[in-house]
Amino acid sequence: MRFDLSDDQEFFRETARRFIESEVPVSVVREWHDLPDGCPPSWWQAAAELGWTSLMVPESLGGGSISGRPVVDLTIVADEMGRGVTPGPFMPTNVVADTLGRSGSSDQQALLEGVLAGEVVLGWAFCEPGGDWSAAHVAAEAAPANGGYVLTGTKTAVEAGAQAHHLLVTAQSPDGLAQFLLPADTEGLTITPQESLDLGRRFAEVRLDGVAVGSDALVGQPGSAAEADVERQRQVMVVLQCADNAGSAAKVLEFTVEYAFDRYSFGRPLASYQALKHRFADMKLWSEASQAAVDGAADALADGGDEVRMVSVAKAYVGDHSVELMHDCVQMHGGIGVTYEHDLHLYLRRATVNRGLFGTPGDHRVCLSKMMGY
Amino acid sequence: MDDFVYAETDPAELARYQEEVQTWMNENMPRRDPVNPWHPTQDDDERSSRNRELQRRLYDGGYAAVCYPKEYGGQSLTAAHQKIIDDVSMDFDMPILFSVPTLSICGPVILEFGTEEQKQRYIPAWIRGDELWVQFISEPSGGSDMAGALTRADRDGEEFIINGSKIWSTFAQRSDYALMLARTNWEVPKHRGLTMFIVPIHHPGIEIHPIQMVDRTEEFCQEFFNDVIIPAENVVGEVDDGWTVASRLLFHERAAVGNASPYTQGRHRNRTADGVEDLASIARDHGGADIGRHRQRLGYMETLSRVEDLLSARVVKGIEGGFLPAPAGSLVRLFHGLSRTERQTVAMEMQGDRALVWNQGEDTGAFGTEYVQRQQSCIGGGTTEMARNIISERILGMPREPAADRDLPFNQVPRSG
Repeated sequence: MRFDLSDDQEFFRETARRFIESEVPVSVVREWHDLPDGCPPSWWQAAAELGWTSLMVPESLGGGSISGRPVVDLTIVADEMGRGVTPGPFMPTNVVADTLGRSGSSDQQALLEGVLAGEVVLGWAFCEPGGDWSAAHVAAEAAPANGGYVLTGTKTAVEAGAQAHHLLVTAQSPDGLAQFLLPADTEGLTITPQESLDLGRRFAEVRLDGVAVGSDALVGQPGSAAEADVERQRQVMVVLQCADNAGSAAKVLEFTVEYAFDRYSFGRPLASYQALKHRFADMKLWSEASQAAVDGAADALADGGDEVRMVSVAKAYVGDHSVELMHDCVQMHGGIGVTYEHDLHLYLRRATVNRGLFGTPGDHRVCLSKMMGY
Repeated sequence: MDDFVYAETDPAELARYQEEVQTWMNENMPRRDPVNPWHPTQDDDERSSRNRELQRRLYDGGYAAVCYPKEYGGQSLTAAHQKIIDDVSMDFDMPILFSVPTLSICGPVILEFGTEEQKQRYIPAWIRGDELWVQFISEPSGGSDMAGALTRADRDGEEFIINGSKIWSTFAQRSDYALMLARTNWEVPKHRGLTMFIVPIHHPGIEIHPIQMVDRTEEFCQEFFNDVIIPAENVVGEVDDGWTVASRLLFHERAAVGNASPYTQGRHRNRTADGVEDLASIARDHGGADIGRHRQRLGYMETLSRVEDLLSARVVKGIEGGFLPAPAGSLVRLFHGLSRTERQTVAMEMQGDRALVWNQGEDTGAFGTEYVQRQQSCIGGGTTEMARNIISERILGMPREPAADRDLPFNQVPRSG
């Protein structure tokens, strides 16, 4: 959690936490694992009513942020969702809505009304099998034909791909990178649900077999404009993943500290053993430093300037330390920590997926190194 | 007083101040040596006189220790003003020796506990660059157990007679005064029998022995006290209440080390963020064929360096806002120790064999030497183990380590040797 929330932001955060605790406690999260779509549509609409899908949408289109720094507000929700291992198409819907709000045509922006109501879910078809999450890896082809384009390629790990009503597809056109918004029922589009380590969120493979679209499906202009959009989408996605993992890590540490007070062995609470206290101190350090890294990246993204670097710094730090913290908390729990019954693995699964998608910490370290000219 | 007040200041005033400081520095302070920013080649005498002279220049310009009250030679300005000076002064040679412990640790202790006479006598002398202070706190019998001090101060009328030994004082041989913790009462538990004194260093009965470190520098000293006579007016705070003073001294030490003190002045040459740029140039020049591995490490060092700055800012904000308790400074201390040892490891490895065997006249061996003594940053200023105790006990609220000496009169406490 940030230490600089305004009263409005704090109210927003508290409302999100109460909503998650009352509507989706972890017992309900477990029940929803069996839902093919991951969560009931009526619940997502209730979440939308709280503003979870409106932060990135401009006021002129019916949305609005709490603080005037929408990315920062969005990380407040991501943090709370991480704490609750809360399902729902939160990340892709907001990331795509952000791009439609800035670069979409008026027809495309008309969809945002449904997004604000929680009735329209959006997905981003970006990564390709074996890809490295850079824009350069995109091989899906957008070939000009009949005044429009024909799209061919395969996308993987598309979050909410099978739930989304519209998909933003990133492809290569003769004019450079291009993005298209397609209704999910477009002919030639095959969407197949995938299995995921994360039991809460849903992922799909999206195949484009010669999908013919008009030029009105383009979101913004191919080339540098689309590249800028893709880069922004990538950055927002990574910051949300990191906020989600930092929230998860803080929560896991909280209940593990509690466990260390309650659990006695050899007549003493675990929390009284220096060997364990020192590990908890390291974990507290990782947790606070992770929050600091998320806040730094969100600030950079909101204010502009050094966002490319700070987003990679956040992923490189939080990606590794949040997950290691959780493994250590498993160790503190002992045998119960590696059972299906205990909630720890729900957090670890989700955090591991966030760690890997949109670049591993190692990938982001390489980016940082290159930024320093090496 | 559990933390500092960072007064809000008008942004227009700060912008004006920034310009003013920049202009003044350009005209009055020497530029840093860009060729050899890592390893000062001056000998100790040169370093001492150079620092005193630079401090005097700052004072004459009105930019020395600006957070100190005007009546003691400061400017009564805010932490925001000091930060502007620090940022601007990155490119200039600064009197870093005065920053820690004189101005940032000893200073606030005298401000808080000193008598009016002590404040008038000593504070202006630091700010003018006339007198440099050190801490006589640690003892050879144990560094972390500060309250277990064995150095004794026996009262004799209006004087105290000091006997014992202190260690790890920085640059004591070129300094003028010390804050010293000594035992004045052996019949009570350890925390209740200590007193803080102001001790003139070059004084009959005090012997100073420099300690040669792994890199052969002699920055730290051990002192021996043999019937040293100190007037009672040199007591800081109350007799037998030295632990109250020492606790605040520790607080200010953590703030200074954790980059959260308004009284530090100028930045150290080896700030980690600068260090990463230096690492990048080492990698470009000497990285060799193993690009993938070095990129990982360089990216990791950049990550640690940036996160360290963000964490410092978060901890300051957290303590100010009441989200974190004051001991949260230990988070920054722990992070710093770990990231610094990592940086020294990476720097050494990137140098390759040049850090291990080098041609005469080259200085790449310094990287090997720094690596060999890298644990220094996890020991000095309070060990990382003490930081972990503090974090687990005073932030997470876990049970304190059992202490066999807690309620025992000190003369009954078992000790080594």
